[in-house]
Amino acid sequence: MYGWTGAILHVDLRDGTHWVEHPDAELYRTWIGGKALAACYLAPSATLPWNDPAMPIIWMTGPLTATPSPSSGHVTVMTRSPLTGTVGDATLGGEWGTQLKRAGYDGLIVRGRAHHPCGIVIQDGEIEIQDARGLVGLRTSDLAAHLKPLGPFVAVGPAATRGVRFASLVMDGPVTVGRNGLGLALSAHNLQFVSVRGTGIVSVADPAGLEKASEDIQRLVAATPALLGEYGIGRYGSGAFYDLMVSRRMLPTANFRKTYFAEWRKVNACTGIQRFKPESVGCAGCSLLCQKAIGDGRFLPGFEPLAQFTALLENDDLDICLEACEICAEMGMDPLSAAGTLATYAESQGRRLEGEEILDLLYQISVGHGVGVDLARGSLSYSEQHEVPQFSMTVKGQEIPPYDPRGACGMALSYATSTRGACHLRAFPISHEILRKPVATDRFSFEGKARIIKIAEDACAAADSLTICKFLMLGCSLEECARSFTAVTGLETTAQDLLRVGERASYLERILNARNGFTAKDDTLPARFFEESGSSGNQIEVPPLDREVFRQSLANYYRVRGLDADGQPTLQGAAALGLDLHS
Amino acid sequence: MRDLIEKYVSKMVRAGLASADAPLFGGVDADLVWNRSDARCADLEAVIQGLSVNSLLFCRPAEPYASIVEFLARQALDEAGDGPAAIQPQDCETRTFLHDLPVIREFSVPDIIQNLKRRKTVIIPGEGIVTWGTVSPEQAYIFFSSACFACFVKFFTQYLKDYREACLVPEQLVVFEKAMGALNSVVQPRGGALPDLMTGPFENEEAVYAAITQAGRATVDYQLVDSFFGNVSYLYNNTLYISQTTSSLEELEGCIDPCPLDGSSCAALTASSEFTAHREILRRTGKRAVLHGHPKFTVILSMDCDRLDCPMRGQCMVRCPEKRFIGDIPIVPGEVGTGPWGLANTLPPAMEGRRGGIVYGHGLFTVGQEDFREAFANLFEIETSCQAMYLKLVGC
Repeated sequence: MYGWTGAILHVDLRDGTHWVEHPDAELYRTWIGGKALAACYLAPSATLPWNDPAMPIIWMTGPLTATPSPSSGHVTVMTRSPLTGTVGDATLGGEWGTQLKRAGYDGLIVRGRAHHPCGIVIQDGEIEIQDARGLVGLRTSDLAAHLKPLGPFVAVGPAATRGVRFASLVMDGPVTVGRNGLGLALSAHNLQFVSVRGTGIVSVADPAGLEKASEDIQRLVAATPALLGEYGIGRYGSGAFYDLMVSRRMLPTANFRKTYFAEWRKVNACTGIQRFKPESVGCAGCSLLCQKAIGDGRFLPGFEPLAQFTALLENDDLDICLEACEICAEMGMDPLSAAGTLATYAESQGRRLEGEEILDLLYQISVGHGVGVDLARGSLSYSEQHEVPQFSMTVKGQEIPPYDPRGACGMALSYATSTRGACHLRAFPISHEILRKPVATDRFSFEGKARIIKIAEDACAAADSLTICKFLMLGCSLEECARSFTAVTGLETTAQDLLRVGERASYLERILNARNGFTAKDDTLPARFFEESGSSGNQIEVPPLDREVFRQSLANYYRVRGLDADGQPTLQGAAALGLDLHS
Repeated sequence: MRDLIEKYVSKMVRAGLASADAPLFGGVDADLVWNRSDARCADLEAVIQGLSVNSLLFCRPAEPYASIVEFLARQALDEAGDGPAAIQPQDCETRTFLHDLPVIREFSVPDIIQNLKRRKTVIIPGEGIVTWGTVSPEQAYIFFSSACFACFVKFFTQYLKDYREACLVPEQLVVFEKAMGALNSVVQPRGGALPDLMTGPFENEEAVYAAITQAGRATVDYQLVDSFFGNVSYLYNNTLYISQTTSSLEELEGCIDPCPLDGSSCAALTASSEFTAHREILRRTGKRAVLHGHPKFTVILSMDCDRLDCPMRGQCMVRCPEKRFIGDIPIVPGEVGTGPWGLANTLPPAMEGRRGGIVYGHGLFTVGQEDFREAFANLFEIETSCQAMYLKLVGC
């Protein structure tokens, strides 16, 4: 087999045993890898509670991982989300996925709860379960000092140990990755870290074909302003989006009460770049180099944490933002949910939080002190507990990222339909609504958006299954990726074939969520977006969303997706994709 | 969806790409709508059902494209024998975005689906071109337009080569005559007179926006660009005002990004992919206006090189080692954008002291001191010269 190793490693933490599965080729052809293959493995256990020892935590690389195909070193991690109760997943960059593949495994599936905190160490074919009791509670920079000699690692920080619902994973040090509370999911298994190092080589069926496909992809990347252009993320990181969101009047400010932050110049990416003159670094095999290292082990925040810890909280101090991001990274918390929860808290208190208070509250959340105990359950739980649910800017319990849905109707619809709660990456509609790729669409209209979002969800799921960086999709399309896939695996594949894989994965996620009780009532947005205007100005009107038009667009989405009027999968829809609705 | 479809049908007609009754354009959100009824709708609906798309365009191009596409398609089928056939233009747009243009023998739903699963267009001789969009009908329109442009460039490039080698075939001559006849009626609108563009220098933002919008529209009116690609910029108050990426040059209202050159803002993230090239051209030439189009004969002649023994043959578009010119206009290699072989690096140095510069297989950049009158005049004159030069080269 080319592209895949043909081996999936299973580890049972109850007794520290492991075994290697060799799936048949048909399974790979149907699910290819990453997100789709992970969903396939999650399905039989999807209705278990997130903290049930039998709930698997699944890591899956893709067929392109550890090959020369550009920006393809990602890995999907999937389980059931402690924060939302939905399918919980994330796509992780770095080098970890590449090393797992080189160690000889397409994926890793962990089950069982260890008797005490432990770590999994994978060194090619050698698997060891290590006692990690001495690492519990360590800040992630200290954790890194212990783990780096073992190779790239994924770990959890003190916030996960303390039960923070939006505890994240950290990767190779104080770098948060993954939303949905995946850190807490690992902690529930008493799993502190997984480190991996491999020396193998992934076989490629057609190296010359892959070189040609890679050239085509790189040419498109170079031709895309948002990537390698003068103001692109290659130079400024994803913080480059900040000024664009300001100019489009869709930067969530003051817990979404406004969509314009007047102090943006004090905190934008240009200010950070000029002040810190960072070094550009990136994931394995990627030329975008979108991370900006500022020399003391820290990174300039990407757009989402930058926006959340500035505009959303009305904070105009870049140093406070950096410190807030650092606390999240050291303690292992999703900065988007952390900031979103603080914004809910601030509105419930009827005041703006001062800079030092932001930092203090983050610390309280991460160690379980004071009001931090309540805030650690996330914005929705806090707001319901304190009888102010209208202040929780969440979808399915996950805090909304900093792209105001009133400024982009496709984004509004995709937040609602996302299978893991509010997520800007499930359909990545800013690509066409804001960044004009592949072409611009009318961001203030729902016209045609149902099918656009459905297709985009499938395309993003396909990208996460391959597993390639989403940013790459701003430049190239699945057409070029299909040529990479064909060259790597030797299996003739088209863009539409890959879309079909993405569609199957997306539909399966709807099935799994439906089994856990999610219905159309969960596919909605907070009332604020239908009742309050954004901050109009600069000749841009930002009215509230029209609830009826939104409902119609959602109904259209259900039809296009093959769901019933309640958003539930159907026998016919499942069968059309080769899925079984009930097993 | 219906409004969007009508918009792009109208643009196809205005651009001379199709006659008014030719496009069959379908768009689908929850329901499928067509711009008109046609016996082919049922078959094309089956194509839509076989793909994950939101729009589908089937259209026979207008002349001269129809004859050109027909000729190249039949040639590709002949060369392919029983295997898969494709037209393989070498212009920059095709290399970067379309890759190649598949051709099938007859209108067959399974064959159309099979080819559109892997490419953006499929050509059916005697029938037309089928293209799709996943985000907007605009994509289908662009792919159709780009395919016409690519075929035009390929036909005339090949004709010149075959003329020199004295191996023109009768069909080629017929298509050439037909194409030239159609061209004469469209290439010099308004009797060849230049448009009356605004006079610079422009000293307020409003005037800058108006001048850029006007220049963009004129570039399309004079067919100096394919579909709507190309870009326009003007330097004012240490800010470069430039058309946005994938914006239509004929409707730039609301699609111009002000890009401060002091590094204080990334708001111009959506600026044209050629932003850096524009900025550097202006810095090196001391001018204020840049116009970039894809005039066909300029593109065709940029790819005309007789150094058959050149070690870089086949890599001309990025590594041409020669200092080539058409008249006083330099021709440089360069890919779109800022990559290692990007035209942002190759073009600006070559344009120092020049009124324009050509990027191999891609297009033409021209400059104006204070406004677009000079830049447009340069663009028009260079393309007119290239057309005349081409005709002379092929003995007309």
